[in-house]
Amino acid sequence: MKTEDEKTTGRLRRSRTWLPGLLLISPSIIAIGLFVYGLIFWNTRVALSGKHDEVSEYGFDKGKNFVDLWDQPSWPGAVENALLFTVVFVGGALLLGAFLAFLMDKGIRGEAAFRTIYLFPMAVSFIATGVVWRWLMNPAPPERAVGLNQLFDKLSLDALANNWWQNQDWGMAAMALPAIWQMSGYVMALYLAGFRGVPEDLREAARVDGASEWQVYRYVVFPQLRPVTLSALIILGHISLKVFDLIMAIAGKQIITYVPAVAAYVEIFDRHDPANGATIATYMLVAVAVLVIPYLVWSVRTERTR
Amino acid sequence: MRVRVLGHRTRVLAAAAMAGALALSGCGANEDQNSNNDKSEVEVFSWWTGPGEADGLKAMQADFEKKNPGTKFTNAAIAGGSGTQAKAVLASRLQNNKPPDSFQGHAGAELIDYIKAGQIEPLDDFYDENGLKSVYPKQLLDQITYKGHIYSVPVNIHRSNVLWYNPKILKDAGLDGPPKSIPEFIDALKAVKDKTDKVPLSLGAQWTADHLLENVLLGSLGTDAYNALWEPGADWNTPAVTKALNEFGEIMKYTTLEAASTDWQGAAKAVVDGKAAFNIMGDWAYGYFVGDAPNGLGKKLGEDFDWAPAPGTEGTYMWLSDSFTLPKNAPHRGGALAWLKEVSSKEGQDLFNPKKGSIPARTDADKKLYTGYLKSALDEWTNPNTKLAGSFWHGVTANNKWHTDIDTAVGLFLQNRDVSKLQQGLVNAAKNSGQ
Repeated sequence: MKTEDEKTTGRLRRSRTWLPGLLLISPSIIAIGLFVYGLIFWNTRVALSGKHDEVSEYGFDKGKNFVDLWDQPSWPGAVENALLFTVVFVGGALLLGAFLAFLMDKGIRGEAAFRTIYLFPMAVSFIATGVVWRWLMNPAPPERAVGLNQLFDKLSLDALANNWWQNQDWGMAAMALPAIWQMSGYVMALYLAGFRGVPEDLREAARVDGASEWQVYRYVVFPQLRPVTLSALIILGHISLKVFDLIMAIAGKQIITYVPAVAAYVEIFDRHDPANGATIATYMLVAVAVLVIPYLVWSVRTERTR
Repeated sequence: MRVRVLGHRTRVLAAAAMAGALALSGCGANEDQNSNNDKSEVEVFSWWTGPGEADGLKAMQADFEKKNPGTKFTNAAIAGGSGTQAKAVLASRLQNNKPPDSFQGHAGAELIDYIKAGQIEPLDDFYDENGLKSVYPKQLLDQITYKGHIYSVPVNIHRSNVLWYNPKILKDAGLDGPPKSIPEFIDALKAVKDKTDKVPLSLGAQWTADHLLENVLLGSLGTDAYNALWEPGADWNTPAVTKALNEFGEIMKYTTLEAASTDWQGAAKAVVDGKAAFNIMGDWAYGYFVGDAPNGLGKKLGEDFDWAPAPGTEGTYMWLSDSFTLPKNAPHRGGALAWLKEVSSKEGQDLFNPKKGSIPARTDADKKLYTGYLKSALDEWTNPNTKLAGSFWHGVTANNKWHTDIDTAVGLFLQNRDVSKLQQGLVNAAKNSGQ
């Protein structure tokens, strides 16, 4: 039978294994709990309330806001814009990034320099990118043209000149161009790491079996990159669904480029309608969650099977 | 890859923790000060950081400090045109019950949300004590009175209904002078389009279309009918409004293609640079036109550009005004009242306005200080026969919800160009405003 003293030391010894770890992460747990989950809870609470101005009580309106939002004249357009932007931006950045990585992977001279150049836009904030591209994508006709249209005019490529993001139907696709420019270098870095992670022996084996260089990539390298593609998709996707600063820098709060984040800002700060703003924020959270949660489940599962 | 994600998350966490620490440290200060009529300090919140306006504020501050030697003046100005950023900061300060001692706001309905939320105090006693009701125009006071009370002290007046034009282009288009009515305006735009290669009417981002809309409504409906639109229960579904909106749609056909890429400066500059014939913009454009580089364009009135009242609005002053308020629970109420006194004084307004490029809201200002365009503006403002109309876009007649909903309707119209939908949007905006 153990004495009391021995029990205490035993408990102490055991606690020595988990206590420091817990202490180390507890500030993060508290901070996340408060500032992430606490605020998510509060936001959802406001979204479910009838607080459509500063004065009224919160109350509870059983999710009426989530339905009524679709009657707001600017909202359906904002959703369409966000979807079009997402498709073009994510697709464009993935393709361009993969292509750049493919070129780099061939071991060109001055690879490090190119890598830096392609990665560099990522160091710029969306606001700065927006200010420059606002000027580049000015749709003025030839006699007053500036930016890209002027360049096309000078090069006698008039056919390429267009009205960019002020196009009624495809404007948001143009809006995705600066975002592609900014993020494709990052995607390239992801893919390049992925390419380099594929062992040389595998490629050699394929070559010995008579595979052409294209076939090596098609059947050996790319299939191994599914996790990279998925990560890139998640990262780009959630940036895209939350896009705000780029739009504000290029177009401001104009209906033609309305997206959910801009709509939330306008509802809260211009219309003074906290409930509607919180409803939009909740929709955005759900949209990102739909994207991220399956990814988390999938990555936890693959982790386990490993 | 995984390392990268973790790194990102750590960084976010660190930022969140830091923000938390800052918020906590901010909470400790300023508690439990029963500071009514405390005159030791005054914190004045505004968005006057640009050239001209910041100088005007400084001049008023100097005068204030001379008259109130015991009061420490804190300038809490936040940059950003027409106060977008400042208003967001202000909203959170008011919600946290940490108001500045006095804050800037457009006089009129823009303040209704603050009034309803009980965040600012009525100033009727202040007006009576300082004898202000006789020095401001009666129409102005009527138009800023909400449910029988006045809540703010106007310091300046800007005019919204100004048509800027380029005399040379008008001559090239065979026009004798600026158009006097909306139909004449449409004819003039057509003449410019047919006879010159210039832009008939330059326009900027979406909000400048709102600004144009208020001018077309005023010009087409007339002053009384325009003012009636903002009364409770007003009918926007009338043939007269339909006609005005059709004219608005017609006028919009002569505007710049790249409008959405430019703000008002770009649009106004096109006129003085000889690229566009007309532009409708408030009279703050005047300071921009004649001011020295780098903030102004150094152009000459009468040569490079000229002005007229917006078509169909002669004899009416569509006004907007910056004003100061008294927040409830202002930490230094005494200081705030002293500041409001400065703002409402003849000296204060005469120090501020020539620098800002606006005219005083008081009618007894020193006329010698105002030259060029400002002289004629002041003459018209102090003329008892001038009718006043409040600018909806600049916060006089519509509260924030109404204002934003009209902006949305106009934004959608810029896309679909459907006048009946625009009118329906405006009808709904009026109905849902809760004003």
